[in-house]
Amino acid sequence: MPGKLKVKIVAGRHLPVMDRASDLTDAFVEVKFGNTTFKTDVYLKSLNPQWNSEWFKFEVDDEDLQDEPLQITVLDHDTYSANDAIGKVYIDIDPLLYSEAATVISGWFPIYDTIHGIRGEINVVVKVDLFNDLNRFRQSSCGVKFFCTTSIPKCYRAVIIHGFVEELVVNEDPEYQWIDRIRTPRASNEARQRLISLMSGELQRKIGLKVLEMRGNAVVGYLQCFDLEGESGLVVRAIGTACTLDKLSSPAAFLPACNSPSKEMKEIPFNEDPNPNTHSSGPSTPLKNQTYSFSPSKSYSRQSSSSDTDLSLTPKTGMGSGSAGKEGGPFKALLRQQTQSALEQRGGSPHRFCRRREFPFFTLTAFPPGFLVHVGGVVSARSVKLLDRIHNPAFVGIMGNTRSYKLLDWNSFNSDEPETRDAWWAEIRQEIKSHAKALGCHAVVGYSESTSICEEVCILSASGTAAVLNPRFLQDGTVEGCLEQRLEENLPTRCGFCHIPYDELNMPFPAHLTYCYNCRKQKVPDVLFTTIDLPTDATVIGKGCLIQARLCRLKKKAQAEANATAISNLLPFMEYEVHTQLMNKLKLKGMNALFGLRIQITVGENMLMGLASATGVYLAALPTPGGIQIAGKTPNDGSYEQHISHMQKKINDTIAKNKELYEINPPEISEEIIGSPIPEPRQRSRLLRSQSESSDEVTELDLSHGKKDAFVLEIDDTDAMEDVHSLLTDVPPPSGFYSCNTEIMPGINNWTSEIQMFTSVRVIRLSSLNLTNQALNKNFNDLCENLLKSLYFKLRSMIPCCLCHVNFTVSLPEDELIQVTVTAVAITFDKNQALQTTKTPVEKSLQRASTDNEELLQFPLELCSDSLPSHPFPPAKEHLESASSNSGIPAAQRATSVDYSSFADRCSSWIELIKLKAQTIRRGSIKTTVTVEKASPVGDGNFRNRSAPPCANSTVGVVKMTPLSFIPGAKITKYLGIINMFFIRETTSLREEGGVSGFLHAFIAEVFAMVRAHVAALGGNAVVSYIMKQCVFMENPNKNQAQCLINVSGDAVVFVRESDLEVVSSQQPTTNCQSSCTEGEVTT
Amino acid sequence: MTSELDIFVGNTTLIDEDVYRLWLDGYSVTDAVALRVRSGILEQTGATAAVLQSDTMDHYRTFHMLERLLHLLHQLIFQIPPSRLTVYPFWMGLTQPSESPARPRQTPFPLFYGGYYAFDEAFVREVLGKKLSKGTKKDLDDISTKTGITLKSCRRQFDNFKRVFKVVEEMRGSLVDNIQQHFLLSDRLARDYAAIVFFANNRFETGKKKLQYLSFGDFAFCAELMIQNWTLGAVGEAPTDPDSQMDDMDMDLDKEFLQDLKELKVLVADKDLLDLHKSLVCTALRGKLGVFSEMEANFKNLSRGLVNVAAKLTHNKDVRDLFVDLVEKFVEPCRSDHWPLSDVRFFLNQYSASVHSLDGFRHQALWDRYMGTLRGCLLRLYHD
Repeated sequence: MPGKLKVKIVAGRHLPVMDRASDLTDAFVEVKFGNTTFKTDVYLKSLNPQWNSEWFKFEVDDEDLQDEPLQITVLDHDTYSANDAIGKVYIDIDPLLYSEAATVISGWFPIYDTIHGIRGEINVVVKVDLFNDLNRFRQSSCGVKFFCTTSIPKCYRAVIIHGFVEELVVNEDPEYQWIDRIRTPRASNEARQRLISLMSGELQRKIGLKVLEMRGNAVVGYLQCFDLEGESGLVVRAIGTACTLDKLSSPAAFLPACNSPSKEMKEIPFNEDPNPNTHSSGPSTPLKNQTYSFSPSKSYSRQSSSSDTDLSLTPKTGMGSGSAGKEGGPFKALLRQQTQSALEQRGGSPHRFCRRREFPFFTLTAFPPGFLVHVGGVVSARSVKLLDRIHNPAFVGIMGNTRSYKLLDWNSFNSDEPETRDAWWAEIRQEIKSHAKALGCHAVVGYSESTSICEEVCILSASGTAAVLNPRFLQDGTVEGCLEQRLEENLPTRCGFCHIPYDELNMPFPAHLTYCYNCRKQKVPDVLFTTIDLPTDATVIGKGCLIQARLCRLKKKAQAEANATAISNLLPFMEYEVHTQLMNKLKLKGMNALFGLRIQITVGENMLMGLASATGVYLAALPTPGGIQIAGKTPNDGSYEQHISHMQKKINDTIAKNKELYEINPPEISEEIIGSPIPEPRQRSRLLRSQSESSDEVTELDLSHGKKDAFVLEIDDTDAMEDVHSLLTDVPPPSGFYSCNTEIMPGINNWTSEIQMFTSVRVIRLSSLNLTNQALNKNFNDLCENLLKSLYFKLRSMIPCCLCHVNFTVSLPEDELIQVTVTAVAITFDKNQALQTTKTPVEKSLQRASTDNEELLQFPLELCSDSLPSHPFPPAKEHLESASSNSGIPAAQRATSVDYSSFADRCSSWIELIKLKAQTIRRGSIKTTVTVEKASPVGDGNFRNRSAPPCANSTVGVVKMTPLSFIPGAKITKYLGIINMFFIRETTSLREEGGVSGFLHAFIAEVFAMVRAHVAALGGNAVVSYIMKQCVFMENPNKNQAQCLINVSGDAVVFVRESDLEVVSSQQPTTNCQSSCTEGEVTT
Repeated sequence: MTSELDIFVGNTTLIDEDVYRLWLDGYSVTDAVALRVRSGILEQTGATAAVLQSDTMDHYRTFHMLERLLHLLHQLIFQIPPSRLTVYPFWMGLTQPSESPARPRQTPFPLFYGGYYAFDEAFVREVLGKKLSKGTKKDLDDISTKTGITLKSCRRQFDNFKRVFKVVEEMRGSLVDNIQQHFLLSDRLARDYAAIVFFANNRFETGKKKLQYLSFGDFAFCAELMIQNWTLGAVGEAPTDPDSQMDDMDMDLDKEFLQDLKELKVLVADKDLLDLHKSLVCTALRGKLGVFSEMEANFKNLSRGLVNVAAKLTHNKDVRDLFVDLVEKFVEPCRSDHWPLSDVRFFLNQYSASVHSLDGFRHQALWDRYMGTLRGCLLRLYHD
């Protein structure tokens, strides 16, 4: 299956001076793919060489096309000594292999050197000719599209969501090969970068094959991670969700299909009871004051490597499907059966897959409407492994000796290593699956996996949200789209996903159930924790906020097995405390649900860190949370009592304040409707006062807490006291700021277009003297709080704004170092609209209808943008002309040459900006031209446009980056492919580069620049779902050295501003149905 | 607990103008933090001192990186078409105007740039007309003490002058345009730099005590007039032979013109011509001038002064002393007789116009080229 890869090296610019004598460089370029290398001529004595090479052609298998990166090395020719490397560019050519993505990669790429950073740029054009028709295309894994986005990408429609795909590959880490002792750091870094690039290519190809076997055509929510296991190797693993996607712009299929259902949709939820079979025999024994979903002692395996794997299957997991299936409501049972059969049908299909265990997991966090039926709660599993135990004897034998061997063929040794790792993950996934079953669910959504490695100990973690899904989406063979399915389906109401999927009589854990506050028919838990984004149709009261639980535990330094045992002994307590903290903080905020929950446990030499982040919201369907009640152990001491009551007051005040801050004012509901739950005998007998006994009186006095039971905190020792104190130390963000770790902030929906993505890294050194758990906790807490405060301060110019997708990562690079990395995006919003109070259900439904409309409109909008390039956009040009003549530079001067004039324009516009900041009209017009240029790849004339003189490319301007799956105020018109880049940077002159901060600051800025350049070369203007998956920083200040590894990924896209679309449509003289649609859309 | 590392990197670089100003002014991080605290920012934002410290450090680091970038920009300047320069802001993720949402505190690259090249009047006044070489750099310490501008800031400003001088020194064409295009400066700033470069190139003396009353603006005004009228570029003759060793069009005074100025000497050397000139001026101004009698008494001295200045300009040393001479020979005598500015204007207008009526004088065009500029300069220089 050959394909032809064609590469042309056009020019370089801003090269570094390599010859001190002449202050110039004699540069040439090596282009390498697989084992074939081509060279350009040497361009003598220039820092801006113009090679204009011929087309270098590589004839290769498409397997290689997927695995191998294109490697471009820029060198300085030296007659007498060896040629000096200036730097390299790795180009992933995968985006060229999809039929609909980029057709050419062309642009200026920063030339990167692992020791010196960016050293100039090189202009490269890359094309691929695949010798195949569309049919052939389908046979290889080339055609499979990959998306990092954890929802159905914006311009696609999910026909079928197939399910979980995973793969991992293992290799030896070049950094630990014997040869590393004799080669330069540069060579070692480059070997590592290249290897990882190769491994990701291979991994992606293998996953692609699996997707094709499942008859899908895309992977959504693709998450690829590296485990740097040190001596024992390097693991690259990936998970994702296989889907069959349909591009939305196939007009015939879409418009008619979509029109009718969306109309229906508006009515269904309100007029009909979707669950006619509601069981009335609700059990009258809800249990109180218990945490919801995972009983910590059971939700992960306590495995050290020595223990047997089956420990993880707790007794409870057995009862899940059987009992629930029988005794649960018929509707639920039906759903469950359908889901199961849908899932099993696939598992049993005569593919290679049947040999493997099928996991009903979905890495998606947001779903098409109707997909999610019920949500059970968070399921998680952890396992502690010893890395040095995995090698087979032969491997260990060789590794054990010094590495003075001949070059080894590692693949032969590693052949069964992936199996070992596979088995580990399979174990964990099995456990997750059984936890989900215990919750009466057959699927896990918002699923993710992670590892934390310290020396030879590795904690594997997996978590997700147990859920019941609508089986229609999962079935094979449904050619008609999901939209039609939605028609027939009895959809659950907006509160449906809150309803418990498990059986009340046989609850997997003690929980407090009430009737749903929305439909009053089904039972809901008192709190709901999930790892997914807030469903779009959920009714939320007020705004959400970021809630974090932070925890450190000291641990003795130990070796191998003892260490693993110590860690696995600590884990349950960590999980329990993290959970308790989350619950307390949630109550303190007056909220009742967590979304996007992510618990990260990090292992270090002498401590364990736990960091849980989630977005708290008040779901209208769930009961009002109770307050927090403080109970002393010995209530006889008068001053102690006083202290307690003082604390209680403080807590009550905080809750009241938070409710005001987050605008939580749920409508009052009279007791009769709800039906007061019958008080239960307490589980915790040590409770002195039962809140429910006195609930009637309290209701009158303390409205702010609502009518529900208070959450009781017992203060029986200083630790507990400490906990209460720490609860109160969290400072709310300054006014005008909101923060959340989900895609968007619940309760804010009027985003303006300004976004600022950022990464912030902090490392603190603990003083080793006072290392107690308490001091450690305080340090860690301060670190996180200060970091947040700094962010608020830095971004104060964007107020009012919201920090979205706040992603904290903790690592423990050394004994006394804690590193926290935060990536997030600040988005501004319109304050006036944001101040609108909670939407009533009616408003909500209107809004929903309008979002449906929006879906409808997607097609017409695209038509508009498609037709864009055919218009020569005279109005914008005129603006430019008039603008630059305003600016005082004579037109004649501009006319001298194209190149020059473009600069004069730019220059004049800059200068003018200085002089006339307020000239907004003009600025607007420039923006239009720029985006028009960017949007042009949509049309057919794109190639001409991009292969225009290189300097035209520099006008690409700003490439937006965001961790979100969308860009506010803009429409994504095209996905160009996945960006997955891995960089190493090393320095031996740390002080000269501005110390650790200067070094890392520059490196991250360079990584951003390289990501932007690659996106621009693909013809894109933004990266969505951007994520910095790894930022491993190591320093040795004594040796003046530092090294850093960064791995980033995201989806390259083309977006068009909605305002531009509007302009274009209004410019069209023949206002047809389409453009009126656009206007209608904008006004809604 | 000590902070080892603390960074913030945005996809677009945010520049806080207040911190930027402090950095430009050469304050250390500690001083900058103290100044920011004093500005009341903590109360406004509710931030802590630690946050402020971290923020300031971060900005300083960013500015440092941008500074290196700027210098790189000029190292490359001769090799590439100017349009390519725009790539650098792109690297750093600085917003460009087409994208700028016009938030007050987000400085797009040009503003950063302009800010970097901004200078203090007090500083420029000290180095104006001096040779921009290393020798002068040693004096920066003294200037810093004298003006109260931090040494760091002095160094930046001085290096900027030097950098601009070096780049445009070898260039043809309009000085202002060259500066504007290669340094992406605002029109105003480019004109100022043109003046600085022009003064440095011709080494005009500006430091004498009797010139202390003049501001940089005064000199810049004169420089502009002189560039427009007295340089080679002013004649508008494109060099016919591009390979010939031409003088810099805008930076050097037109040698031929200076040589010709000797011809004007006849105006004072020829007694008849001088008397005729005087009577023409006096007739025209009688009754119109408040200081008529003083003018009448001083006419010959003044005229001799102005013409002699012109005749001497062939010598480099006299060119350097141009402003000293003008002040000594014209400004000071008039000032001591308390001429109002309006009278000076009347006089100078009449003085230059009357020459046209002198039949024996053949260098009318030369006179106009000389006197047109000089009149403008003198009027600007004539104040307290």
